[in-house]
Amino acid sequence: MNFWSFITQNRYEVASLTLEHLWIVGISTVLAVVVGIPLGVLITRKRSLHKPVIAIANIIQTIPSLALFGFLLPAPWIGERAERLAILALTLYALLPLIRNTYVGITSVDRAIVDAARGMGLTDWQLLYKVELPLAASVILAGIRVALVISIGLATIAAAIGAGGLGELIFRGLAMVNNSVILAGAIPAAVMALLADSLLGWLEKRFTPQRAA
Amino acid sequence: MTDATPVVEFSDVSYVLPDGRKILQDLSFEARRGEILILLGRSGSGKTTALKLINRLLELSSGELRVDGRSSKDWNVIELRRHIGYAIQEVGLFPHYTVARNIALVPSIQNWPKDKIDARVQELLRLVGLNSDISSRYPHQLSGGQRQRVGVARALAADPPILLMDEPFGALDPLTRADLQREFLSLQQQLGKTVLFVTHDLHEALRLGTRIALLEEGRLVSLTSADEFLTSPEPLVKKYVDAFGTTERQREKP
Repeated sequence: MNFWSFITQNRYEVASLTLEHLWIVGISTVLAVVVGIPLGVLITRKRSLHKPVIAIANIIQTIPSLALFGFLLPAPWIGERAERLAILALTLYALLPLIRNTYVGITSVDRAIVDAARGMGLTDWQLLYKVELPLAASVILAGIRVALVISIGLATIAAAIGAGGLGELIFRGLAMVNNSVILAGAIPAAVMALLADSLLGWLEKRFTPQRAA
Repeated sequence: MTDATPVVEFSDVSYVLPDGRKILQDLSFEARRGEILILLGRSGSGKTTALKLINRLLELSSGELRVDGRSSKDWNVIELRRHIGYAIQEVGLFPHYTVARNIALVPSIQNWPKDKIDARVQELLRLVGLNSDISSRYPHQLSGGQRQRVGVARALAADPPILLMDEPFGALDPLTRADLQREFLSLQQQLGKTVLFVTHDLHEALRLGTRIALLEEGRLVSLTSADEFLTSPEPLVKKYVDAFGTTERQREKP
């Protein structure tokens, strides 16, 4: 049985696994954005927190994904369902690029622009949402882009703990020693990663602040 | 328009970095209502630091600084800054805002009604000699001179009685700079703002200044009227004037 006939015969399963995959990746990225951007902003305001926060995010990043899934297994509520576990793990992995890019984006806003804004009497909040975040937007989007592409790949491994998603086909194919089944999981995941990458790339370009010629 | 009322007063103001380096030492002078007070000095003389102490972008280490008779520490810092216009070299414009939004920033955060803001933007563009059709452009689409005019318009937006200007014409070619200096002078005569103007350019200082304060290594060397400056017997002033004479002559050599 070749790849195409497998896909067409199992199109409903492939589609539902794709949706599951998207769901796990989407929720975890949203959670990472909601946690990571404020943390990134926080460490621009309290510089003493910069090193420890980045260090923790770095350490999380170095834990092999299978091991992280395993570590989280005994956690209450989270450990009860594989899907929750996968979402938490992917969120943790996505934090580093988000925190780091938010920090870098904000701290690389031209000093003179920040001074001008403060000198005109903007409050710290106004400075953040009127000046710093818009000017850092393209760098932050680049962080989301990296996080999203990593998550799509990592989410295939979440099938190992029964979280579903396209990884299920990959693991099934491995067990069956059937390349067509592996590809039926791998190719949609790769396509998803490429689409996410180009969509975010397009957004990134749109939000790049215009510079003097 | 000038009267002797001090608007910004420095009394023994010092500014020391955390590592102990003294940037400003025992600075005492005042800017009087309606004058253009030039802070002149070479790079590192502390003139920009002195300016930033006034709107509290930096906090002074010792001494006292009064704005409109009130110690700057007693002002609410946001209120203080909105009381003072601030214009710096062209990089200070927000690249993601149109000209109109750049100029309207302070009025809009003070919640002026929209039609009043629009009218004010048009009025300011006229005041600084810009055509109203540039109001929808972005800073990177403007020439250096236009950007500078927008910067001045933005500083004037909420009609602050005090203006701080940090080499606002520094990045311009000599002809455009001369135009802007002339226009700024006539603008100042119309509006009667109290201006503290930082520059290292003696010609600019002489052209614009009511009085000139020369700073050197964080200390006030002399404070004279613009006319007296050239004939001052103070050795450091002479040195500054001579240096300018020399560089000018050197430039004229083929």
